[in-house]
Amino acid sequence: MFHIYCPYCAEYREEEEFHPKGQAHIARPADPTASSDDAWGDYLFFRDNPRGVHHELWVHAVGCRKFFNITRDTRSYAILETYRMGEQPGVTAETATLAERDIERRTSDTATIQGVPS
Amino acid sequence: MSASQPCRLASNSGAGSQIDRDKPLSFTFNGKSYQGYAGDTLASALLANGVDVINRSFKYSRPRGVVAAGAEEPNAIVQLGASEAAQVPNVRATQQSLYDGLTARSTNGWPDAQRDMMGLVGKFGGPFMPVGFYYKTFKAPASMWRTYEKYIRKAAGLGRAPIESDPDIYDHLNRHCEVLVIGSGPAGLMSALVAAGSGVRVILCDEQPTFGGSLLDSGETIDGMAASEWASNAVERLAAMDNVTLLPRTTANGYFDHNFVTLHERRTEHLGDTAPTLDGRRQSRSRLHRVRTRHVVLASGAHERPLVYAGNDVPGNLVAGALSTYIRRYAVRPGQRLVLSTTNDHAYRAALDWQNAGGEVVAIADARANPDGELVERAKAAGIRIVTGSAVIEATADRKGHRVSGARIGAIDIEGFRVSGEVETLSCDTVATSGGYSPVVHLAAHTGVRPVWRDDILGFVPGQTASRVEGFSVVGAAAGLYPTGALLEDAVAQVVRALESDGIDAESVKIPDIETLREGSAVALYQVPHDKPTMRAPKQFVDLQNDVTAAAIELATKEGFESIEHVKRYTAMGFGTDQGKLGNINGMAIAARCLGQTIPQTGTTVFRPNYTPVNFGAIVGRHCRELFDPERYTAMHQWHIEHGAAFEDVGQWKRPWFYPQKRRDNADGEFESMHEAVMRECRAVREKVGVLDASTLGKIDIQGPDAREFLGRIYTNGWEKLAVGKARYGLMCKDDGMVMDDGVTTCLADNHFLMTTTTGGAAAILEWLEIWHQTEWPELEVYFTSVTDHWATLTLTGPEARNLLAELTDIDLDRDSFKFMEWREGAVAGVPARVYRISFTGELSFEVNVQANYAMQVWEALFAHGAKYGLTPYGTETMHVLRAEKGFIIVGQDTDGSMTPEDLGMHWCVGYNKPYPWIGKRALTRSDTRREDRKQLVGLKPLDAKVVLEEGAQIVLDPQQAIPMRMVGHVTSSYYSPTLDHGFALAVVKGGHKRMGERVYLPMPNGETHMAEVVGSIFYDPKGQRQNI
Ligand SMILES: [Zn+2]
Repeated sequence: MFHIYCPYCAEYREEEEFHPKGQAHIARPADPTASSDDAWGDYLFFRDNPRGVHHELWVHAVGCRKFFNITRDTRSYAILETYRMGEQPGVTAETATLAERDIERRTSDTATIQGVPS
Repeated sequence: MSASQPCRLASNSGAGSQIDRDKPLSFTFNGKSYQGYAGDTLASALLANGVDVINRSFKYSRPRGVVAAGAEEPNAIVQLGASEAAQVPNVRATQQSLYDGLTARSTNGWPDAQRDMMGLVGKFGGPFMPVGFYYKTFKAPASMWRTYEKYIRKAAGLGRAPIESDPDIYDHLNRHCEVLVIGSGPAGLMSALVAAGSGVRVILCDEQPTFGGSLLDSGETIDGMAASEWASNAVERLAAMDNVTLLPRTTANGYFDHNFVTLHERRTEHLGDTAPTLDGRRQSRSRLHRVRTRHVVLASGAHERPLVYAGNDVPGNLVAGALSTYIRRYAVRPGQRLVLSTTNDHAYRAALDWQNAGGEVVAIADARANPDGELVERAKAAGIRIVTGSAVIEATADRKGHRVSGARIGAIDIEGFRVSGEVETLSCDTVATSGGYSPVVHLAAHTGVRPVWRDDILGFVPGQTASRVEGFSVVGAAAGLYPTGALLEDAVAQVVRALESDGIDAESVKIPDIETLREGSAVALYQVPHDKPTMRAPKQFVDLQNDVTAAAIELATKEGFESIEHVKRYTAMGFGTDQGKLGNINGMAIAARCLGQTIPQTGTTVFRPNYTPVNFGAIVGRHCRELFDPERYTAMHQWHIEHGAAFEDVGQWKRPWFYPQKRRDNADGEFESMHEAVMRECRAVREKVGVLDASTLGKIDIQGPDAREFLGRIYTNGWEKLAVGKARYGLMCKDDGMVMDDGVTTCLADNHFLMTTTTGGAAAILEWLEIWHQTEWPELEVYFTSVTDHWATLTLTGPEARNLLAELTDIDLDRDSFKFMEWREGAVAGVPARVYRISFTGELSFEVNVQANYAMQVWEALFAHGAKYGLTPYGTETMHVLRAEKGFIIVGQDTDGSMTPEDLGMHWCVGYNKPYPWIGKRALTRSDTRREDRKQLVGLKPLDAKVVLEEGAQIVLDPQQAIPMRMVGHVTSSYYSPTLDHGFALAVVKGGHKRMGERVYLPMPNGETHMAEVVGSIFYDPKGQRQNI
């Protein structure tokens, strides 16, 4: 069960208080009539399903009721950051890969699992 | 040894650290009474009494006895409980503490494990259930499955759930700590001491009643004292610290994301069938701790791995370490003459303990050519015969197969997988084996981290992959680190590092002095070769619980299964309640050998929560019975109960469904049927006046200067011209153009609206409004508040509604000054009210909204004045009949997420010319939504007036066509109308709007076919005159 930091409440709360709402940063086309049937279909139905860093929209449903974004690693389920609506992610697939290589180098001499420094 | 407990060592033996001989206990197994002692497990007590056969095996019905001493036990699984309500299936006898009056039965075995009534199955089992038997045997004919299943279930047992309600209560407890230590062996205790010394909150849990793990039966000396004494001193120190919580009898069963761990604490399961009372209050039977922790220190130890050899399932075959446990902790030596087969030094302890306890060690077969460790020297010095380069290739059984009668040992060539020399048969009653140790990696695997193989320790350890977990350390044997001195040092270092990562200085801790034995290296051996090929040798079991043999795995690889995941599923290896704790790695090794590859090439092993089975009570906690799900009551709920309402669940709400009355014509006081009540309620509304408690309708208060603009974007129809005092029906779509909700919204002030939603959709619609506002249109100043619970809604409807309400209100109800689709503020029965003149029945209606706290008074006032008008309360069923007669849809019943407003014939409710591209608009012009053959809402009139079509019934155009017929739609709502005196239905039919007057057919499962005519969806008062009187 996730432990999620709500950027509005500024607290860690249990996953039970939140609802996931799918991929983040899906903007509704400003002029829908100008978008083709295919383009509109893409907007409505097609979503990314990456192995690794993913940006998701969540809502603090039984807390402050605010929507916000989570950057999450879909392999480890580690939450790399949470940020408010209108903000851009600080961690992306590109920046995370660099950090990962660094961690693998530092921990490869031990058989146990070491944490990512937060 | 006493006669009643023939395998119990005498009190002067010094053995039995866990039992209290002054507290004898009685228990029953398969109907027979036995004696044991406080501190015994059920397994140790059964062994003390010389009970060899605990179960019959799952597939072959072979007699099975105790194999291990802990959570890994695959065989000694029992059904617990003296009474029906106290039945608990799948209890591991090795983990069940004995209590007075304990009653247990074999899980498998019919009628019991001792008598060989299942001989038929035993003989039958071989050919009847070959490897992959689920796939092969039951593939065809499908009609035989019921026969097979009945037979197999009866034969297999599988344990059973109680059919009476559980009298016990169970707790859930949320906990938070900095360090959670799982396991209290040497590494766990040391970790807890270091963490506790730094002052942070520490939880230490262990599945056993006593902390200490392997220290409880190791012969080692720590800091000059016996290991078990050092352990109890450490526990005493921890117990004295305020920042430490000690949880014995507590299994860490699941390790979930972000360091969330579930601990299952068995609080009273060692005291009786049901929990005892304390100070007059029943205690909880078990408690599920939901722990969120900064660090997890996994100190779960290792399980000894048995060897795989012929006849290894006969009672009397045990893993070596279990012998030490039974002797040292419980003073039980479960036999006389022992043959030990080992690949390593450590197992020699079992032989030495056996001999010290007065048993005879016939021989030790050591697979290594030149074993030379200190324990080997000690065994030699004790005069024990050691046969090197050898192993037990077969255990023989007595005539009934109830006990080991001998061991065949032979020289083996491990590389060549063959018996390389003479085979000698030794007489014995016990065979113990050790193939090394498997670190208990289960919890680490729960987080998705795949274990990795280490050749140096011949076992899997928790892996390290890209999916790593923050704040997780593995210490001691769980990490494949076995020598006590080294693992203590490592545990200290790891915990200090973990604390330092949080900026916490750990106190310096002295590593205890330990005498370290010189150990010889172990050899890799899993399946022991037999003098016959595996396929023809006597059965060599890999997974004892699921009866998976080495031959089955070999056959699976020959049949082409190369992935270990496929081999597991084909053979069912590891699919028992033990999840293959003892067998999985041996099975992988055998698959690897057959495929000519290494174990890491073959794969890895994955475990899932729960580590050991958890009863449903513990999972459910207090969330049962009336607390299973919240129930929501309206302000008039008590009145509905007192007036005999039958209730319907709508979401969490309890809504009156109908109000059955006593039949006037029946002297026995019999009540109306639902049909009779609904017909009466319908007539009352159409002819006089009825009242509905509509409080459950979702109500969202919308305010702000941009409220009107927001409504225009979220609804399909227009809102810019809705004046204060007026109300309007609105239709809401998703952006794919499909209808998701509907309801009436009223304009309370220019920047203040009240939206109503379907009862079930209220919460989702509020979230829907918020998501659009917060993510797409944050520039709009508008606020949403749920006021569903604050307002009660009393719907007065019927031709007499105005006359009745007029007696109670100061509002002018004149038809021309208070028009249809308007609302007024005033007092009703002395209570401030908003009255809406809207109608969901087609009749003259007033929806009276008052503060929920005053609603009962208003409701009762209506009835005080209503008798002379024939006021009748009606429920949701009548509401449905009345609204369907009018063709009013229920979103979610007449729609299913694939219906557009056009499909519903509601183009009148779509504002194509509104300036803003509202939600759903673009999709309504996609080619698919413009298709003319989409399913469209129509009415259906059955040709036989008495027929009420089944909701969900499929519609076809030609009943003569071959099956499968081409289905063109289905019935969505269907009722009998007392007003029209015939059945009627709403339905969706492909291209239905252009099929008016056509005949359609509804073939039913019983062979009957109904006929119906496609008609408009409004059956009653199509011009809408009745609501305007
Ligand atoms: Zn929040």
